[in-house]
Order: sequence, then C-alpha cells, then structure tokens
Amino acid sequence: MNWQGWAEIALTLGLAVGIGWPLGVYMSRVWNGERTWLDPLLAPVERLFYAAGGIDPRKGQSWIGYAGALLAFNAVGFFLVYGVLRLQGALPLNPQGFAGLSPHLAFNTAVSFVTNTNWQSYGGETTMSTLSQMLVLTVQNFVSAATGAAIAAALARGFIANKGEDVGNFWSDVIRTTLWVLLPLCVVVALVLAALGVPQTLAAGVTAHTLEGGEQKISLFATASQLAVKQLGINGGGIFNVNSAHPFENPTPLTNLITAVSINVLGWAAFFAFGRSVLARKDVRALVIAAAVLLSAGAGAIYVTETQGPPAQVAAHVDASVNMEGKEVRFGAPSTAAWAAMTTGASNGSVNGMHSSLMPLGGGVTMFLMQLGEILPGGIGSGIAIMVVMALLAVFVAGLMVGRTPEYLGKKIEAREIQFAMLAVLVIPLFMLSFAALAAILPEALKGLMHAGPHGLSEILYAYVSTTANNGSAFGGLTANAPWWNTTLGLAMMFGRFAPIVAVLAIAGALAAKPKLAPTAGAMPTHGGLFVGLLIGVILILGGLQFFPALALGPIVEHFQALAFVAGR
Amino acid sequence: MISHLRPALVSMGFFTVLLGLAYPLAITGVAQAAFPAQANGSLVRDAHGQIVGSELIGQAFAKPAYLHGRPSAAGNGYDASASSGSNMGPLNDKLIEREKTDADALRAEFPGAVIPADAVTTSGSGLDPDISPAYARLQAGRIATARNAPRGEVLAMIDAAVKPPLLGFIGQPRVNVLDVNRALDARFPMVG
Repeated sequence: MNWQGWAEIALTLGLAVGIGWPLGVYMSRVWNGERTWLDPLLAPVERLFYAAGGIDPRKGQSWIGYAGALLAFNAVGFFLVYGVLRLQGALPLNPQGFAGLSPHLAFNTAVSFVTNTNWQSYGGETTMSTLSQMLVLTVQNFVSAATGAAIAAALARGFIANKGEDVGNFWSDVIRTTLWVLLPLCVVVALVLAALGVPQTLAAGVTAHTLEGGEQKISLFATASQLAVKQLGINGGGIFNVNSAHPFENPTPLTNLITAVSINVLGWAAFFAFGRSVLARKDVRALVIAAAVLLSAGAGAIYVTETQGPPAQVAAHVDASVNMEGKEVRFGAPSTAAWAAMTTGASNGSVNGMHSSLMPLGGGVTMFLMQLGEILPGGIGSGIAIMVVMALLAVFVAGLMVGRTPEYLGKKIEAREIQFAMLAVLVIPLFMLSFAALAAILPEALKGLMHAGPHGLSEILYAYVSTTANNGSAFGGLTANAPWWNTTLGLAMMFGRFAPIVAVLAIAGALAAKPKLAPTAGAMPTHGGLFVGLLIGVILILGGLQFFPALALGPIVEHFQALAFVAGR
Repeated sequence: MISHLRPALVSMGFFTVLLGLAYPLAITGVAQAAFPAQANGSLVRDAHGQIVGSELIGQAFAKPAYLHGRPSAAGNGYDASASSGSNMGPLNDKLIEREKTDADALRAEFPGAVIPADAVTTSGSGLDPDISPAYARLQAGRIATARNAPRGEVLAMIDAAVKPPLLGFIGQPRVNVLDVNRALDARFPMVG
C-alpha cells in the first residue's frame, strides 16, 4: 500500500460522485419534461417514436399499467435477443463464422442482457458475431438501463403526487432517458475511448507474424461503441471474454479511470435526480453519504487484502507485496481494488482483474457488496429505488422504537408499503441462497466447479449472488455453460430483476394515492447524521444476518486457511 | 398486456435500428476516419509492411535475446483470439506449484535476485503487453549476452521505455515488451 494507491482510489470514487451531481440535475429535467439544450435535435425523434407506437406521452399510467408496459417491453426484448442468438449462424455480419447458440445458452444470455445483468456463460470473442454484439447486446445495454431509470422516475412521482393516481408514462420515461441521457454520453465516451486505443471496426480480426516467427490471431470487434454503453448503462458484459482486463477494452490507466468512473456516474446521477425531482435534496444527500461510506470501505478493504502476502507468492519466495495473479501490470492493486468495489457496489459486473484470484477476504467483500442489494450506488435508477426501500425500512424501524407512524419525504409509511419493501429485499436472499444450497449438493451442478473446498463454495455462491443481484461478474473458474447453470442462473436473474421492480412500482402507486404531508416537528429528521447511521445499520444488518453464515463457509474459512498456510512457511 | 403490445413491438424495432445499427455504425465511421490506427487495433508493422502484432497485445517470447513477458493463461499462451485469466483461487495447489517452479527457474537464471511478482503470475487477460520495470531490468544481462551488446546500453533502452503512472499516481509504472523487443532488433540485430 502507498499514498499513490489511496489517492487513485479516492480520485476514482470521488470523480464518479462529483460528475454524477450535475448529470443528476440534468437527468431530473429529462424525467420532468423540462427544457434542455438537446431538445431541438431530439424532440422530433421523440415525436416520431410516439406517432409510430400510438403512444400518448401525456397520459399517465397507474402503477399496474406502468408495470404492464415495462414487462411487455422487456418480454419483446427477450424474444428478440433469443431469436437472433439462436439464428446467429444464418444471419449476416458474421465474419467470424460463429454458429447459433444452444437453447440454454441463448435463454441465459437473453435473460442476462434484458435484465441489465450481463452474466456471461460464454467467451465473447469465441461465441458472438459482430451482428449479435451490435444488434441485440448493445441495444439491450441501452434499454435495460433505461428500464431501471424509469422505476426511479416512477417512484419519485409517487412521492410528489398528492392523492394522485398515476406514476408517469413508461414509454415516455424509456425513450427520454435513452435519447437525452444515455445516447449522447455514450457517443462522447465511445469516441474518446476509440481515440485512446479501443478498437472500433467491423473486421473480425487479423493474423500477425510475431517477432519470434509464430502466428498470432488477434480478434477485433466494434468495441468502443459497446464498451461505452456497457459501462455507462451499468451493464458490464464484456465484448471479450476477460472483459475490461483485455487490453483492447482497457488499454491504459487513463481508459481505466474513464471507464471506472463510468461504472458509477449515472448511478449517482439517479440519486441526485431523485432528490431534485422529489424536492428532497438534503434527504437524498444522506442516502448518498451512506452509500459512499459503504462503497469506500469496500474499496479500501479490497486494497488492503490485495497487499497482504498472497500464499502462492510467499511460498515461491518472490516479491509478495501485491497479489498479481489475475491482475494486469498497468493496473496493479489500487486500480483493481477500486474497480472491484465499484463494479459490485453498482450492478455493473465488468472486471479489470479476475475476482476468482483475489485474496479470500477481497473476494468476500465483492460478494458482500452485491448482497447489500446493489445500492452503492447500484444500477441507474434501480439503485436509488432499492436505497429508498432501505430508507423506508429504516424509518419503519425507528417508528417502532418511538411508537409513531413513520413518515418519509412527506408521505406516511404504512403496512402496505412495508409489505412490498420486505418483498423487494427478501426475494434477493431467497434466490441467492436456495439455488446455491441446491447446487452445492447436486452432482450435475458440481461438475462445473474448478475448485473444491471453500473456494468451490465461493464459486457457487458468487454465481447466484451475482445473477440474483443483476451484477454479472463471476468467479471465472466456474464453467457455467451447461443446462443446470444456464437455466437456474437465468431464473435467478429474472426473479432478481422483476420481483423488486414490481414491488417498487407497487410502493410508488400506494404512495401516490396518499396526501402529501407538510413537514412537522414530530417527524423524525431523515437528513442528518443520526439517520445516516441508522440507515447504514439497517443495510448492514439485513445483509449481514442473511449472508454471514454462507460467507463464513466460503471466503472467511479460506482466509483462515491462507493465514495458516503463510504462517507455516 | 395486449394494449402494450403495439408500443412494445414498435419501440423495440425503433431502438434496434437506432442503437443497434445507427449508433455503432456511426461510431465506426467516425473512428475509422479520425483514428484509423487505434480503431483497427493499434497494429504494428515491420519494414515490409507485414503485421507483427499489436502495440496493446502481449505476445509470447522465449528466446534469450528477447525481453520475456509474463506467464499467460490465454489458450496455449498469448492466444489473442481466446483471452483468459487462470481464475485460480489464492490457495490453488496448481497455482502454488506453478509459481514455485517458475520462480526456481528464474532464480537459477538470475542468482541472488529478488523475483518480481509479475514474473511468475498470469495476468487477468492472458494478453498483458507489459511487465514491471523491475522484471525488465532483471533480464538486461541475458539479452545483452545473447545479442553481444553492452549491458549498460540494453539497460538504458529498458529505462527509456518505462511508462510512468499518469500524473504520478494513476496506474502503475510499466514496460511494453513488444516495443522494447522491436527497438532491440533495430539497434542490435541478431545475425542469422
């Protein structure tokens, strides 16, 4: 560890929050239909979209109508992706000559990209044609992100409304987020990345004749365009197998900084946008502080563990100051630690170093950050939405302690909201832990493991945690391209995505119907240090109590094995 | 649900054309026009125009006259059409065995030296184009002997090739293996 490393981590995390703030103000204007400087260019495209779809954007939808539109949109997306992937071999723009995907892999991949998870049971450069990467995967990277943003916009309207009925118009939220926020940012970032060395070509690759007289086949793709939205849309699915560790996806420390900041910037922006839309800037500032404290602690913890004498390097009597297995020289421990925390704290899942080769506790921290519910700052909109659910639970707990009906942002929080809030947070452990428990005893599942013992359990646990939380990163030793894994991981992604979304929209609908209360002296303040502490406590207790036993058998046991191993040398 | 079907179908078609075709093709067009070298993979050519590799992609080196890169888990080593890390956990027996064997070999070659970590570990991508300055300097003597060149000059070439962290603290110092090897071939060509 050195000051340069800590400075790099602080800068990377700080830039994302700092840039997220003004972007959030802009995002809120887009949600509210206020004027922006891009209107002259984009408003005609938006009108064309409404006309073609027969959509009246001014017509609000009840929460059920909003949820129905969202599910219909995602269902159509799923069938389109599934179809293209199955038929890939017969479709054009396939210079690689790849065949169509098997049914279970196409199912898994379609669910994965529609749910903003981007779990990949395949290696990008050995499976996906140029057409598949562009036509279905890139498109879902945009629209799954816009779907997430839409639920935050709807939840904000639930808090704003005074005995209202609707939570906004889903189609309007999706098209406006895509056109005004995602697309312009992606164009800028894609071109900057292309200038810095990220390839952008329709060619499949070249063959080089190396200095020592060998041949090297080098795969190429239209990488920069997909990379930009993979990060900004908090998707995370690599164009290449090793994701952002690949020198074509991440050639220099500068591209690493840009793409790492891109992982979190729109997640934070959605926090600030929610605060501005609901006129609750101070309360949302408390949510930002709580999330930033937890995320910084995670990044710091990984940096510390990655510099604690890795067993294999100690045994080989080589320099053991940094665990370099699975890391790139240009990044080292600080860049990898910052990225690992940001990608698991958000629901991104891209990696710039291999999580399976992290030190046991470092790998455990990445799992724990996902288990907290992808709220640090999580996906665009989906992060702030679940964070607000946590805040509702926090005021509810506080209300129980003082015996008052809790309020949050001017709305009374009653039984119905808390029931749906509990549903949203309980679906996650249900799928994570039940599937992991099943996989741990089924020979069919265990065939896919690379490791036995605690690290093998971590491979299983990580897979279901990552998919249920819609993250998508992996302990890559697991060979997941098999019927059992593709099917169960696909189901975990589907329920992990849509069950909390429906619960959040139900909360939005219930809140919208209530009167907006004026702040009174009797309500608990939800913007001060006390509330930040209470919220962090609720988040940690929920995550800790549910997952500690499983983590104890995986990363924590492995940590003590590592200590014993090193002590024995 | 049925009333949502038309907007759902139309919007997915609209997004597919806009985001799946127009966006990537427009970026491709601009990138190919403005930054053709980067957009095509930062390829490196020899004097005859033949592609010898990519500036960004590591390749396998085993001859004593060349700077050697890190061990690689991509295919059979530096397979740039199948990137991969080892994905081995910190207590994996094969990892411990492999690092020990590699370290012993390096210690036999460079007696008394501290072996840098990157010399015995595989990278995340299996295509790491760089090594640490320490590992590069360690190899200067072997290269100088093989090329019949002064060790001091080889060392100076390696030092000149060290890229420092951005602004002094972002990223790590590193040496691009292919760059140095091409410079070595130009400066101290091998006979035969």
